[in-house]
Amino acid sequence: MLTLLSWGPEGWLDEIMSGVLVTVSLALSTLPVGLALGFLVALAKQSSEPNLRKAGNIYTTIFRGLPELLTLFLIYFGVALPLFTYLFPNSGDQFTSFIAGMIALAFVFSSYASEVFLSAFRAIPRGQYEGGYAIGLSHARTMWLIILPQLVRIALPGLSNLWLILLKDTSLVSAIGLSDILRQTSIAARVTKEPFLLFGFACLVYLLLAMISSIGIGGIEKWTNRREATK
Amino acid sequence: MSLAHQISEAIERPPLAARAWNLARIAGAAFLAFWGLVGLGLLIYLVRKWNPELFATYAPQYMKGLWITIQLVAISIFFGALLSIPIAYGRMSKNRIASSLAYAYVYFFRGTPLLAQTFLIYYGVGSFRPQLEAIGLWGILREAWYCGIIAFSLNTAAYQAEILRGAIQSIPLGQWEGAAALGLNKWQTMRKIIAPQALIVALRPYGNELILMIKGSAIVSIITVYDLMGETRRAFSRSFDFQTYIWAAIIYLAIVEVLRRAIDWLELKITKHLIR
Repeated sequence: MLTLLSWGPEGWLDEIMSGVLVTVSLALSTLPVGLALGFLVALAKQSSEPNLRKAGNIYTTIFRGLPELLTLFLIYFGVALPLFTYLFPNSGDQFTSFIAGMIALAFVFSSYASEVFLSAFRAIPRGQYEGGYAIGLSHARTMWLIILPQLVRIALPGLSNLWLILLKDTSLVSAIGLSDILRQTSIAARVTKEPFLLFGFACLVYLLLAMISSIGIGGIEKWTNRREATK
Repeated sequence: MSLAHQISEAIERPPLAARAWNLARIAGAAFLAFWGLVGLGLLIYLVRKWNPELFATYAPQYMKGLWITIQLVAISIFFGALLSIPIAYGRMSKNRIASSLAYAYVYFFRGTPLLAQTFLIYYGVGSFRPQLEAIGLWGILREAWYCGIIAFSLNTAAYQAEILRGAIQSIPLGQWEGAAALGLNKWQTMRKIIAPQALIVALRPYGNELILMIKGSAIVSIITVYDLMGETRRAFSRSFDFQTYIWAAIIYLAIVEVLRRAIDWLELKITKHLIR
């Protein structure tokens, strides 16, 4: 039975590991896009301009309200597939699925992240901005030097939660044909007729990824808190 | 009209300064116009693509799918709530074994994707076919519908257990001590003092869990349950008409938005006595 989980032609470990690589690279490439988008939307939502707030709220309502799978299908069948078959006819489905998955997950991630950033913005007192302006910093420099370092610290627990959710949501791309952990496992399960063992193993792989992330996040947390005054 | 109001009416003020067209205002107008165009474009698309035949064929199917989705979510939330009580109890228990078992359960179901859990149950039961046939459960577990319900119930039980635990532990210890001082036993304290306060705390997380379940239920379509998403995929694969997905999106958005507002309203209602 364990030969099924070994490396090499008899085992499926190498196939599943290639799926791990796809899952991790998809999650890692979604993260910066999602964070940047989420930050911009949060900026819009805490702006003093009512139209900008409204536009930001519409964004969140749409992408938080749609099921992730539906968002993925909307982008895959509605945008990516027709566009890519037109633009790059020989790019291959894996590329199309990867990009569609990345965009869809970034939309979902950013709509949640914008809420996390927004509540972090609200936790920073007005005086911090005023202090920045009082010592002659421009708006952008105040944001960069004074607000952002505090914002990251406050938003980190919420964002790390979202990262774990993102890692789990990547499993949905198996439905549009990307060879991630779950799809590779499905193939293995169909061939070997040992579905319980293999899907159980896939779950353990996801758990392992979550544990590794938790360790990494703990490290980042310690690093952001390094200058926090001890109370 | 109050006196202060009359006075403020009488005072002559300088006119309000015209709002400048700064960057934020331009961006706001542009983004709002973008959403307006998206909405308008969608409307034009749906009107131009309007196909009475398609509608007549698939609208009843969609309603059936919607009903399946609602049933699936309601049943799973119900069984998940039942299951979450012993798990939450285990998590708070001082017994090392009980608490680590409950922790492992919660960690597993929150740490792995719902889709993987669903596959584990739906395809995984095949590995135990002889045993299941022996106890007569194979007939049930062969069906995607029951596998979906089992997977979703187990998954939401883990989340609900954490909500319950968080809510109960948010009640200060003094409440327990006060009740003990009045001579209430543990069960009475739970029912009359802790639960009413804890449920107020838990309302919002429970509402979020309900919304997450409705969104998450879309993945049962992958294991061939014809819920709203499943019907949508079937309609798309038969008609190759993209508007099938647009309609599904509109239905899901409407449900989630209505629920979200209902939860806001409910929370406002039951926390009236807390607002100063």
